[in-house]
Amino acid sequence: MDITRKDVEHIATLSMLNLNEEEIEGYTKDLQNIVSFAEQIQEVNTENVAESAFALDAYNVFRKDEVKESFNRDLLMQNAPSSNGVQYQLPPVIVD
Amino acid sequence: MEYEVIIGLEVHAELSTKTKIYCGCTTEFGGDPNTHCCPVCTGMPGALPVLNEKVVEYAVKAGLATDCKITKNSKQDRKNYFYPDTPRAYQISQFDLPLCVGGGFDITLKDGSTKHIGITRIHIEDDAGKLNHDSYTGGTLVDLNRAGVPLIEIVSEPDMRSAEEAVAYVEKLKGILEYIGVSDCKMQEGSLRADVNLSLRPVGQEKFGTRTETKNLNSFRAIEHSINYEIQRQKEVLEAGGEIFQETRRWDELEGKGFVMRSKEDADDYRYFPEPDLMPIKLTDEYIANIKENLPELPEVRKQRYIQELNLPEYDAGIITTSKALSDFFEDASKECGNPKAVSNWIMTDIIRIARENDIDYKDLPFTAKRFASLIKLIDSGTISNSIGKKVFEEMISENKEPDEIVKEKGLMQISDESAIKEVVDRIVAANPQSIADYKAGKDRALGFLVGQCMKELKGKGNPQIINKLVLEHLQ
Amino acid sequence: MNITKLTAHEIRDGYKNKAFTVKDVVEAFYKNIDEKDGDIKAYITLCKDNALKEADEKQSIIDGAISNGTFDELPLLYAIPIAIKDNMNTLGVKTTCASKMLENFVSPYDATVIKKIKEEGAIILGKVNMDEFAMGGSCENSAFFATKNPYDLTRVPGGSSGGSSAAVAGDLAPIALGSDTGGSIREPASLCGIVGLKPTYGLVSRYGLVAFASSLDQIGPMSKDVKDAAILLNAIVGHDEMDSTSANIEKKDYTKALINDVKGIRIGIPKEFYGEGLQEEVRVALEKAKDKYKELGAEIVEVSLPFTKYALPTYYVLACAEASSNLGRFDGIRYGYRTQNYESLKDIYKNSRSEGFGKEVKRRILLGTYVLSAGYYDAYYKKAQKVRTAIKEGFDKVFTECDVILTPTCPTTAWKIGAKTENPLEMYLMDLYTVPVNIAGIPGISIPCGKDNDGMPIGMQLLAKHFNEEVLLRTAYTYEMNKEV
Repeated sequence: MDITRKDVEHIATLSMLNLNEEEIEGYTKDLQNIVSFAEQIQEVNTENVAESAFALDAYNVFRKDEVKESFNRDLLMQNAPSSNGVQYQLPPVIVD
Repeated sequence: MEYEVIIGLEVHAELSTKTKIYCGCTTEFGGDPNTHCCPVCTGMPGALPVLNEKVVEYAVKAGLATDCKITKNSKQDRKNYFYPDTPRAYQISQFDLPLCVGGGFDITLKDGSTKHIGITRIHIEDDAGKLNHDSYTGGTLVDLNRAGVPLIEIVSEPDMRSAEEAVAYVEKLKGILEYIGVSDCKMQEGSLRADVNLSLRPVGQEKFGTRTETKNLNSFRAIEHSINYEIQRQKEVLEAGGEIFQETRRWDELEGKGFVMRSKEDADDYRYFPEPDLMPIKLTDEYIANIKENLPELPEVRKQRYIQELNLPEYDAGIITTSKALSDFFEDASKECGNPKAVSNWIMTDIIRIARENDIDYKDLPFTAKRFASLIKLIDSGTISNSIGKKVFEEMISENKEPDEIVKEKGLMQISDESAIKEVVDRIVAANPQSIADYKAGKDRALGFLVGQCMKELKGKGNPQIINKLVLEHLQ
Repeated sequence: MNITKLTAHEIRDGYKNKAFTVKDVVEAFYKNIDEKDGDIKAYITLCKDNALKEADEKQSIIDGAISNGTFDELPLLYAIPIAIKDNMNTLGVKTTCASKMLENFVSPYDATVIKKIKEEGAIILGKVNMDEFAMGGSCENSAFFATKNPYDLTRVPGGSSGGSSAAVAGDLAPIALGSDTGGSIREPASLCGIVGLKPTYGLVSRYGLVAFASSLDQIGPMSKDVKDAAILLNAIVGHDEMDSTSANIEKKDYTKALINDVKGIRIGIPKEFYGEGLQEEVRVALEKAKDKYKELGAEIVEVSLPFTKYALPTYYVLACAEASSNLGRFDGIRYGYRTQNYESLKDIYKNSRSEGFGKEVKRRILLGTYVLSAGYYDAYYKKAQKVRTAIKEGFDKVFTECDVILTPTCPTTAWKIGAKTENPLEMYLMDLYTVPVNIAGIPGISIPCGKDNDGMPIGMQLLAKHFNEEVLLRTAYTYEMNKEV
């Protein structure tokens, strides 16, 4: 699979990353190499093989519907880059 | 050109669990901003989700109540996108293995006909937080109290052809969810909201036209108005030879206008993949059967009971049972006063009217079923007439008082004293010789006129049967 | 006596014998840190004030326990200093993940493992360096500084838990916690000549561990000897209701597995782990270890894991895909770095992330986004999930033929700083032997087994079936007790 500059630009947009010229070039090359390396997995015959999302076979891990005390807001928001102490602050965004 | 309207709905209903879907924070509406939050629902680094078992139960209930098949081997998936109301930059939803698939139900239309609307799927996911306008800075504020409240998304087939059908579908769906108690469906609080997918195609054409999606409609009016607006808009574009673009739209009910939010060029690529922090869901036949057995009486069953046992007309029974709150009101009031037919008549006329006029939910009516039943009892016992009853009813909307109190205070008690009525009748008849002549000449309307005059004189409080009897005596 | 050379269990013995106080121990480590960490650069944050305060409190408890004869009832980690990899949330302390993104992030909560070691009474010396967000195998990807190998300051300590391995090897902490997604405990342990154990996936709670790849990440002990590894493992295992992937199994006492005997244990040698790219001295050391086991009465069996070569490409697809999603939350809104340079929301997202993440992190986010994006999902992600099944089944089969698998931990000993930074693939190849273990979810331990001609440590890796940490510890312990020094 060939990775093009356009691919890298597209996935950078999806990932919310800005890349400069040099980075686009570098990552295009890196990703090309890594993806070519990853291509090897196509050699494995996986007909009739199920997918594993996990190494373990557990299922139905549930929690009871019991209220726990919420967090102290000051503690929760202590790392906010911008807040009015009550809510996180942003530049204007369309609000429904 | 004649166009056919194709409508499919995605309805989001917040489940009425006590806690959020993946953490123990309360789902209570409101609350000081960011106080119903913890590391999990605010997406702190290192925090992990654990699924609330009630969410699965409620979603399966909703599926069974809408005739869906339940997926026994299900899982949750991440839907990746950046938006400030989505703290992890992914929503945990279900992609290819939703909990419920392939159901549907019949809706009743105004002309009395019924139509089947299919349900494609129902899946579980977490709600987003809320963005608020900051009037102080002009910026946006983020409140994550709602982030992580459990939702089910109910996706319909594109089976609807008009705003009326869409509204009837949502009304029926809302009723079902209320009956089974999985959502409080408070539209004004946003706990039930609909996205409308709409396209037009020339009549006779098989291929669907390009559709638009209008998001987050949270009242029946908004659903109706936005659909009619969008039909008109698309029609005008097509008739002018234009092209419909696949886009997400927003509806402003105050302005009565729709707006483009974003077009598909922005390339949504949600990169769904199985949520590695949550284990798969496996449901046994016993689990599903147990939920099915314990489902409460559903609207369709109630409707049949009303028709067969209480002799309500099919249409009335259908309307009343659509809303659980209304149907419960009907049952409670009927039990209290023993006159279901009268309660049903009042519901079909006045109660539905005042709910619409004041845009209130049936569970928020200004009086209880018991209080309303006392009004019926006052009429049935002859204490007040039916028309005085209407007056008392209007008072009950604005005043928090028992009907007999209102009757007493305003002196609305019916006059059944024959001698008192006779005095008025004699006077009216004497003053209207022409009416007597008319009546004798075969004009029956004259009787009504005379009775009406007497009632007017008695300020509406005269017992109509007695007035009628006395006037007739005069005429004969 | 040099306190900082002691293991955790030796420090405990010292407390019991009143050879030194808790304060002596804590101060000794901080003194060593003062003297040596300017060169080694293991620590990002020190918790000195708190550690010294705790030292005094704990000493009085110890004194009381000794005088009323209940010392043995104190937890085995009581008053033992420990270093924590800086990707585990520690209440009130910075958790940076060695990233500019979290440079000033103060944890609002304790990770479950931190809660557990605090309950045991361990004393946190500080938070140690790592490759940014645990992405790397050399500790050079830290946004702050590269950690050096205490054996040779011009060489890497391995990664991503390089701060942990260097701290233990450099006598800056007796024990440390690391995390391992594709070898990040075992590889640095090997390169620094210490013991590192990656438990079975699900044995240790991940709650509070800043996620790299959720289906592969696992926290584990790093220590000077196998006994300390067992003691630290005891402290951190257990079902956690906050982590859906935490295994709900009965708790074991792993110190009971410290048996100096491997008679009858079948040790499998998978030929696929001894191929091209393996440094000759490492191969020879492994050969000797095998002979040692034979001599000690173990049964040596040749086994085959044919899908091994596909583990590394599978790993990079799965781990990067999960990472690209896990790292979406670093958006400059609720915590973490926010760019100065913004007008719109999109500016905040793009500039904060571009300025806040390092080069390798961006590379993996891009790769992960690519393999999940429309049109490629089936070919890469879905396919990799199937190959994962094949790899798992390969191990299942081999574990019917043997009880333990013996392999090198890393193809080479520690390399020079900067030697592999230009070519990411060359760096990725260092994970060749460790990555299959995470994909299969099985436990693995790396223990020292000699040195190369430059005096750099060599590590060997032992693997076992899911939740069979005991046989690993026993096999490792027996080797440790019997190796020629």
